[in-house]
Amino acid sequence: MAAKILPYLLGGISVGGQYALIAIGYTMVYGILRLINFAHGDIFTVAGFLMVYAAATMPLYCSIPLVIMLTILLGVLVEKVAYRPLRTAPRMSVMISAIGMSYLLQNLMWYMTGGLAKQYPTLPWIGDKITVAGYTTSRVTLITPFLTVVLVVLLVLLIQKTKIGMAMRAASRDFETAQLMGIKLNSVISFTFVVGSGLAAVGSMLYFSNYATVTPTVGAMPGLKAFVAAVFGGIGSIPGAVIGGFIIGICESFIKGAGATTFSDAFTFALLIVILAVKPTGLFGENLTEKV
Amino acid sequence: MKKNNSRRTLIAAGLIVAMLALLLVLDNVPGVPPMLLTVLRKGAIYALVAVSMNLLNGFTGLFSLGQAGFMLLGAYTYSVLTIPVENQTAIYQQYAGGGVHFSITESLSNAMGGFGTLLGVIICLLLAGIMAAIFAYLIGLPVLRLKSDYLAIATLGFAEILRAVVQYAKLGPITNGSNLLYGFTSFDSFRIGSLKLSTVMPFIFSGLCIAVVVLLINSTYGRAFKAIRDDEVAAEAMGINLAKHKRMSFVISSFFAGISGALLAMYQASVQATTFKAAMTYEILLIVVIGGIGSISGSIIASFLFVGCSEWWLRFLDNETTLKSFNAKLIFAIIFGLIVLGILVLTLWRQVKTGKLPVATAPGGKRKVLFGRSAVGPSLLALAVLAWDVYFVISPKLKLPLMRSGFRMVVFSVVIMVMVLFFREGIMGDKELPDLFGKRPKNAKKEAAK
Repeated sequence: MAAKILPYLLGGISVGGQYALIAIGYTMVYGILRLINFAHGDIFTVAGFLMVYAAATMPLYCSIPLVIMLTILLGVLVEKVAYRPLRTAPRMSVMISAIGMSYLLQNLMWYMTGGLAKQYPTLPWIGDKITVAGYTTSRVTLITPFLTVVLVVLLVLLIQKTKIGMAMRAASRDFETAQLMGIKLNSVISFTFVVGSGLAAVGSMLYFSNYATVTPTVGAMPGLKAFVAAVFGGIGSIPGAVIGGFIIGICESFIKGAGATTFSDAFTFALLIVILAVKPTGLFGENLTEKV
Repeated sequence: MKKNNSRRTLIAAGLIVAMLALLLVLDNVPGVPPMLLTVLRKGAIYALVAVSMNLLNGFTGLFSLGQAGFMLLGAYTYSVLTIPVENQTAIYQQYAGGGVHFSITESLSNAMGGFGTLLGVIICLLLAGIMAAIFAYLIGLPVLRLKSDYLAIATLGFAEILRAVVQYAKLGPITNGSNLLYGFTSFDSFRIGSLKLSTVMPFIFSGLCIAVVVLLINSTYGRAFKAIRDDEVAAEAMGINLAKHKRMSFVISSFFAGISGALLAMYQASVQATTFKAAMTYEILLIVVIGGIGSISGSIIASFLFVGCSEWWLRFLDNETTLKSFNAKLIFAIIFGLIVLGILVLTLWRQVKTGKLPVATAPGGKRKVLFGRSAVGPSLLALAVLAWDVYFVISPKLKLPLMRSGFRMVVFSVVIMVMVLFFREGIMGDKELPDLFGKRPKNAKKEAAK
C-alpha cells in the first residue's frame, strides 16, 4: 500500500511546491493591489520559453540567472504598462487590463515560437533520475519542496525584517495611509512584482523540468490553480499560499492516481467554490469585510 | 408624440427587412468573398453572447467569467438532440452507437417537412438555453453571494468544471467524451427552394434574442439591474430584492449564452469541448469592453469589428509580404510613421490629462505643455521606431519585416490593450446607437438631472 501511495505523494508534493511558488506571486500582488494578476501564469510560461532559448545559446550557469532576471524585468514591465496607468481606475478596469495583458503575452509567445511545442532543456543534476524506496523519479521531485520552503523562509524574513518588507506590509494594510507615511507606493509595487516574477521563474524551471515541453498556453492552467491555492490559503498570506499549493498539488496527484484525470482540474475549482462559500477569507486570511 | 413613435417603428422595421434582404442576396449571389459571410455569421453569434455578457457585467455589475461554460452546455444540448439517428452509429463509434436514439429535428422534419426542421431547431435552441439556465440557477446558489473578482474566478472555475465533466468517459454515450460531435442540423440545412439562408438565419435568431434582452433592460427588471449595478445598498433600500434580481440576471444571461453556444455549434457544424476554453470568455469580455460596458449596440458593433479584425481584415499581417515597388514602400512607411506619431501624441495627451506633464498657462491665456521627465521614454521610443522607418525607406530591401504567421494576433492584442488602457469607455460608452441620432434622450437625461 505504502509503495503504491508513495509515487503519487512525491509527485503531488513536487507539483504542490511549484504551485506554491507561483501562488506567492498572486497572493502578494493581490495583497497590495487587490488585483488578480491574470498575466502571472503567462509570465511563468514566458520564463519557460526564455529558458529554452537561453539554454540553447549559453551554458547553464549563465542562462539560469539570466532567465530569472529577464522574467523579473518582464513582470515589472507588465506592471508599468498595464496596471500603473489604471491605479485610480475601478478594480474591474484593472482586471480587464490584466486579462488583455494575458491575451497579448499568449499571442506574442505564439508568434515568437510559431505555436510549436518547444523541448525544455534537461537541467543537469536536478534532472537526474534517482530511486527512492524502489520508485524511480527525477531529482527535481525531491528538491522542489525543500527549495520552496527555503525560498519562502527567505521571503518571510524579507517581509518581516527589512524596511521594504515593512513598507509592503503597510501598503497592503492601507494604501492611502501608507502613502501619507512617506512610502513610495510605486516602488513597493514594483518590488512586489520583482519578487513574484522571480519566484515564478524558479517555479517554471522546476515545473518544466518535469513536463519536457513548453507551449504558449501551457501556463494558463497552473496559473489558475496557483491562484486557487492562494485563495485557499487566504489571499494576502504567504504561508497560506504555500500550504494551499501543497494541498492542491497532493490532492490532484491522488485524483490522477485514482484514474480520474479529467476531474483533477475540476476538483481544484470545486475546492475554490467550496472555500469561497464556506470560509471566504481562506485558511490564514485576514478578516476583511469588503472582500465578500 | 405617438405618431412620431409609430414612424420610428416603421423606419426600424424597414431597415430590418432591407438588411435581411441584403443578407439573402449576399447568401445566394456567387462571387461574394467567403470571408465576408464568415464574419457576418460569426459576428451575429458573437453579438448575442456579448450582449448576454453585457447584461450581466454591464447592466447588473456582476463580473462573471462563466460565459464559455454556458455556451458549451448550449452547444452540447443542441447537437446531442439534433444528430440524425442514421449518423449516430458513426459519430458515437467509441460508445457503441451512443445512448440517444432520437433526433428532434429529424423526427419533426419527417412529420412536417421543412417547417418541421425549423420548429425542431427552435425547440432545440430553447432547450439549449433552458439547460444553460438551469445550470446557471444551480451554480448561482453558492456563487452569487460573492463579489467582484471572487465571483469572476468562481464562475471561471465552474466553466472549467463543466468542460471537464462533459469530457468524462461515463457520459460518453451522450456527449461522445472528448470526441467531436458533427452531422447535426446546421445553418446550411435552411433553404427555401434553392435559396440558401445560411447567413440570414443566424441574424434572425440572434436578432430576436437581442431584442428580448433590450426589452428586458428597458423594463422594470432592467431598471432594477441598473440600480444594483450603481449602488447595491441604495438599491436594497429602494426595496429591490438583491438576491432575486442578481439570480434572475445571471440565469437570463446564461440562457442567451446557451442559445448562442447552440448557434455557434450550428455555424461550425461541429462541437468539441476543448474549444470552449477560458480564452473564449476572455475574447467575449474584450468585445464587451471594446463596445462599451453597458451598451447593447456597442457590444453588437464591437463583435462584428472583433470578428472582422481577427478573421479577415488583419489577415494580411500573417503573410510574408514583399512590396512591389519603391512607391508602395514609401506609402507604407508614411502610414506606419503616422501611426507611430499618433500613438505618441495619444500617450503624451494622456500624460497631460492625468497631470503628469506640467502645463503652464502663459499670460495671454494660452496654455503650453512643458516637456517633463515622463515624456522622455515614449518620445525616445517613438524616435527610434521612426528612425527605423526612415532606414527602411532608404535600404534596398522590399520585404516587410516581422510579417509571418501569428503576427496578426499580436497586432490585434496590442490594439486591444491600447483600447483597454486609453479608451476605457469603449466605442459607445454606455450610450446606445439611437442616442447618437436625435436629441430626445439627451434632453431626457438633462431633465432627470434637474
